[in-house]
Amino acid sequence: MSVRRLAAEQPESFAFSKESEKKVKFWLNKYPEERRASAVIPLLWIAQKQDNWVSEPAMREIAARCDMPYIRVYEVATFYTMFNLAPTGKHLIQVCGTTPCWLRGADDLKAVCEKKIGRKGRDHVSDDGKLAWEEVECLGACANAPMVQISNTEGDLYYEDLTADALEQMIDDLAADKPVKAGPVSGRKASEPTQAKVSVLTDESLYDGSRAKPIKLPNTEPAEG
Amino acid sequence: MTYQLLQDKDRIFTNLYGHHPVTLEGAKQRGCWNGTKEILEQGRDWIIGEMKKSGLRGRGGAGFPTGLKWSFMPKEVGNRPHYLVVNADESEPGTCKDREMMRHDPHHLIEGCLIASFAMQAHACYIYIRGEYQYELSVMERAINEAYDAKLIGKDNVHGWDFDLYIHHGAGAYICGEETALLESLEGKKGQPRLKPPFPANAGLYGCPTTVNNVESIAVAPTILRRGADWFSQFGREGNAGTKVFSISGHVNAPCNVEEAMSIPLRTLIEQYAGGVRGGWDNLKAVIPGGSSVPLLPKEICDDVLMDFDALKEHRSGLGTAAVIVMDKSTDIVKAIARISYFYKHESCGQCTPCREGTGWMWRVLERMARGEAETSEIDDLLEVAGQVEGHTICALGDAAAWPVQGLIRHFRHEIEERIENYRSGKPVFVAAPVAAE
Repeated sequence: MSVRRLAAEQPESFAFSKESEKKVKFWLNKYPEERRASAVIPLLWIAQKQDNWVSEPAMREIAARCDMPYIRVYEVATFYTMFNLAPTGKHLIQVCGTTPCWLRGADDLKAVCEKKIGRKGRDHVSDDGKLAWEEVECLGACANAPMVQISNTEGDLYYEDLTADALEQMIDDLAADKPVKAGPVSGRKASEPTQAKVSVLTDESLYDGSRAKPIKLPNTEPAEG
Repeated sequence: MTYQLLQDKDRIFTNLYGHHPVTLEGAKQRGCWNGTKEILEQGRDWIIGEMKKSGLRGRGGAGFPTGLKWSFMPKEVGNRPHYLVVNADESEPGTCKDREMMRHDPHHLIEGCLIASFAMQAHACYIYIRGEYQYELSVMERAINEAYDAKLIGKDNVHGWDFDLYIHHGAGAYICGEETALLESLEGKKGQPRLKPPFPANAGLYGCPTTVNNVESIAVAPTILRRGADWFSQFGREGNAGTKVFSISGHVNAPCNVEEAMSIPLRTLIEQYAGGVRGGWDNLKAVIPGGSSVPLLPKEICDDVLMDFDALKEHRSGLGTAAVIVMDKSTDIVKAIARISYFYKHESCGQCTPCREGTGWMWRVLERMARGEAETSEIDDLLEVAGQVEGHTICALGDAAAWPVQGLIRHFRHEIEERIENYRSGKPVFVAAPVAAE
């Protein structure tokens, strides 16, 4: 468990932007009318994407939208670790530190972040307001370890097969407002094998359309007549 | 006997690496949505019967037979609707297979959702994706829109079974991979597991009959039905049928995801697909064969163990999610397991005392042991506490936190003892063996 509390300083009010309202509607539509509470996580996320963090007035607004007591929204916002309960950097660099990444050099990535940005923690933002970093638990890209996720208004993309040098360059680019390319930096497309002794997924017959031809289902009764 | 590697023609996820179009058209070209209507026309009993016959066991970790799980849903729909919920909260350290299926082969999953929902008389299905997979979520949303537009799903679709498919997402809680915590989260609450019974098949999402399945279990279903239960069950040993996507990470020369047959020897898997262990097979120290929660195996066992449920269980470990984490001789094994303990401390939902207090306690002791700063007698204390956590919690997170610790002590007790002695006599505590050049 992690201890999470609301920020001491809170804004007066919160309002969803026009763009956010569209998303709110889209998400509320997914659940039965009397089960609007189901949308609480997506709505908190929309608020966070809009403002960079989730404020107390936002929680109250979301409680009203989801037809649930405010305390339940508070519980959810403090339980789930992806919600920023205070403002953080424009780009939040999340270094995966769990064992599979640790085995492949996550400590080096952490050292780079410490050198470039300073101590870890969402609350410690670089002077220009652009960068913050933290260590997170397994992000589910273990065959592309070590890796980081960078959250900003553009999205929450993965940067994989990293080296300390590559991350250092990335941080410089982010600080200089240059675009940074997501995905593996190693030239791999995804998590394909690069040193397999046999070729994998190269058989042409999988892709030439022969799989799309009409088939007869096996183990079925022959049609009568 | 040499092992016959799986051939491309028998792989289900033909776009696992995203080298081909992710679009509906591309997926159809690769055989998705082929004969779906005919499959539904065979009826639910045929579908569930074929799934049972195929021998598919759940791919999310526990290995419960999928067809059997489907058959637990009430036969008649009462006044409560039925739901299918797909568990895409992939967070078990080492596991990264569902991500590839969703971002590169989404139509396998969508078609599987339709077929499984039909078999369980559900008209709605939710896919719960972990919050960090925002990109995968957007790919799935796009693919679902394509399926709606092509009238493959939705009201009055070409398959004749009204069916709505929705994506939901979490926000960074490992515990939501536990099925009842997932349902709580989907209902808009903290992800704290429920006591069972009642089981979800009786009272799940919104109190309605619900089945929760892993992404892979659902995504392989259409291909199994198209090619036949016998085709699927020819792979793997009896009771461990089918093909499986293995995630190989850690100290191998080229980590990867690969679909192979069940019961492949671990060594073959690592050497054929992942470029072998860094520094050669003899440089291997230990392998965690099924995601962080299963006990590790030392090299002697890894030499000839098979990758399936039963073989790994015989060695007191488990297949779990088939996420193979390889550690070579340079690994500080105590630190590696301490890091896993930290993970469980961080992810405990705090509901049950043994887990909430025990995970933190185990982590703190292991951190000291990694430095050698402990008493030898504390090794037994640690084992006892792990035993007190295991089996004494509502969900399996307590077990998952205890098993890696128990595995460490079972196989590497001597190393902890040596460390404690080194610390006391002022020697360096952990000396890594030299790592061979890559």
